[in-house]
Amino acid sequence: MLSAVELALAVPFVTAMVLAAAGRWLPRVVVDAVAMAAALTVIGLLGVVLWRAVRHGTVVVWLGGWGPHGGISNGIPLVADPFAAGLALVVAVLTVAALMFSWRYFTEVQAIFHVLMLMFLGAMCAFALTGDVFDAFVFFELMSTVAYVLTGYRAEEARTVHGALNFGVVNSIGAYLTLTGIALMYGRTGELGFAAIGERVRAAGEPDAGLLVAFTLLCTGFLVKAAAVPFHFWLADAHAVAPTPVCVLFSGIMVELGVYAVARAHWTILGGTADAVLAGFGAVTMLLGGVMCVLQPHIKRLLAYSTISHVGLLLTCVALMRADALTGAAFYLLGHAGVKSALFIGAGMLLNRFQTVDETELHGRARGMRVTSCLFLLGGLGLAGLPPGGMWLGKVLAERAAEPYGWWWFTVLGLLAAGLTGGAVLRVWLRVFHGAGAAPTRHPVEHEDAETAEPTPRKPLPMLVPGVLLLGGGLLTVVLPASAVAGGAEVFTTGYTEAVLYGEASVAPAGRPPSPWTFSGVASGLAGIVAALAVAALGVWGGRLPQPARLGTVLRGLHSGHVGDYIAWVLAGIALFAVLTVVTR
Amino acid sequence: MAWAAYLTAGWIVLAGFYGIVTSRNLVHVVVCLSVAQSATYLLLLSVGYRWGATAPVFSDIRPGRPVVDPVVQAMTLTDVVVGATVTALLLALTVQVSKRRGTVDPDALRTLEE
Repeated sequence: MLSAVELALAVPFVTAMVLAAAGRWLPRVVVDAVAMAAALTVIGLLGVVLWRAVRHGTVVVWLGGWGPHGGISNGIPLVADPFAAGLALVVAVLTVAALMFSWRYFTEVQAIFHVLMLMFLGAMCAFALTGDVFDAFVFFELMSTVAYVLTGYRAEEARTVHGALNFGVVNSIGAYLTLTGIALMYGRTGELGFAAIGERVRAAGEPDAGLLVAFTLLCTGFLVKAAAVPFHFWLADAHAVAPTPVCVLFSGIMVELGVYAVARAHWTILGGTADAVLAGFGAVTMLLGGVMCVLQPHIKRLLAYSTISHVGLLLTCVALMRADALTGAAFYLLGHAGVKSALFIGAGMLLNRFQTVDETELHGRARGMRVTSCLFLLGGLGLAGLPPGGMWLGKVLAERAAEPYGWWWFTVLGLLAAGLTGGAVLRVWLRVFHGAGAAPTRHPVEHEDAETAEPTPRKPLPMLVPGVLLLGGGLLTVVLPASAVAGGAEVFTTGYTEAVLYGEASVAPAGRPPSPWTFSGVASGLAGIVAALAVAALGVWGGRLPQPARLGTVLRGLHSGHVGDYIAWVLAGIALFAVLTVVTR
Repeated sequence: MAWAAYLTAGWIVLAGFYGIVTSRNLVHVVVCLSVAQSATYLLLLSVGYRWGATAPVFSDIRPGRPVVDPVVQAMTLTDVVVGATVTALLLALTVQVSKRRGTVDPDALRTLEE
């Protein structure tokens, strides 16, 4: 009898295989229904798993029954602690939203699209739930490969295949570096499980330079996936060209899974106190993502860069190496998943209607789209940290966690990230939906084909519903039981090895995190909104400031779309990361 | 002598990277990616290698005879499969780039930033 964890992974893959074999003879509505039923089943199963993990402690399943004896095991575990199960659940929820959106969005889509989406779902869930580094690599590759195909799905467009190719090469290099790290780690410890490796490393005492280099290589692929600067170049290229429902999954959860894997590896293998090197990478990512976001007229690229900025904040939370920072990161991730997915759906609505997502071309043309307009307004405010949104709550909790270290810059950068990314979206809202500011003079260079054959008829309700629901979810994350999330963070940071190797799953007795509804908490959210409004107003009515404009040209020139440049950056980044990690420890 | 295998793996991965960074042809990029990946095969196999040991097939060797680590061999095999998939897919994308843009030179492809 398979456990719920195994079933949750089996259902999407088996359904995908059935659809791949039979899809061409099935009418579209059947394909839609089967795919949707599979994704909903996964939600149900993972809901049960999450409930059990929260109530009774981490669920560990050893595949084939090869469990551990006295802490030693040759088997491969699936580990569903509250965070892993919760992330897998987010994947499933976003997949349902994406499938629902594509129901009307892709009028002439073939079953292969559903097959790919289900495999993407299965691979991401498996990546979140596996407790084995080599399996993590395999599922990392599986989800990446499916992601390349989904990015290049509309292969008739040059930009699309170019973006997919860049994505593929950069992520593959990252994956191979991760495998190199895994091989070195295996050579050192003779183990492949996260928990088992950690046991051996701790038994050997303070990690030496060789082990640290292995660790940095192991993390490289995950950092590439997480789009940490300077590994981030693929992200905007891929997000700008991928179909909208796919972007929902990319930005909402796939990129964040990279951060999750870094966190998992960091806690189980190295442990220790705050990691200033990782924090540095996170800080630069936050800042560069925000700046690039403001410089973008292409709405999907703009949203992609804002994702980079927010992931930088998540990385910095991880670098704090504290459970309370992780609680904040969890809320931030949930809020971001909802809000950003809704914004991508809004961008998809624009693309569907006007065959372009260029802000200057769309100037004032979308006045009639009321719901989409609301998505952009509330989405922009949500990114800026509107209380009681998840991103506000997460950021406030993380700022509290950073205080003991004296990382005052975290608050400053968090405010900048919120202001720049939220402001950019609000600027789009003002210009596109209200025709604010000067009318554009620039002429269009290249039109995109709509992702649909022809503009979908009026009242595209199935497309809007997931956007509205996701936005609502992102802004109301605060209703989640905070003590359960804090308990999940506690289990993530302390209870992993005991649960996996010794079967001692525990429910961490974490108290409620401090209430965010204090003066400083609300002020932090309002400051983000004021900053965003200022950025938006400056963008619409401020004209072009000469100095930032030149900086912008340089920055945008760096994102050249040249795959060789990207790989050179990856190499420089990994060298810097390894050297700094070895020197500072 | 184990260090020689590690050095070779490092050399191969750097050669692959150098090829990608300086490449003027996307097909060459994809092949260089495979070159960089083949370093992981070598690394994995050398991690599990034992001098004087034989293949881990237990049907025809006497018990107690040392064998090389079968785990890394299974990992290498998986790695080869992954590599084949990725290479095929990236080459297919290269074909599409060539069809749509009329070139496979990364320098000639316009930036996606505009």
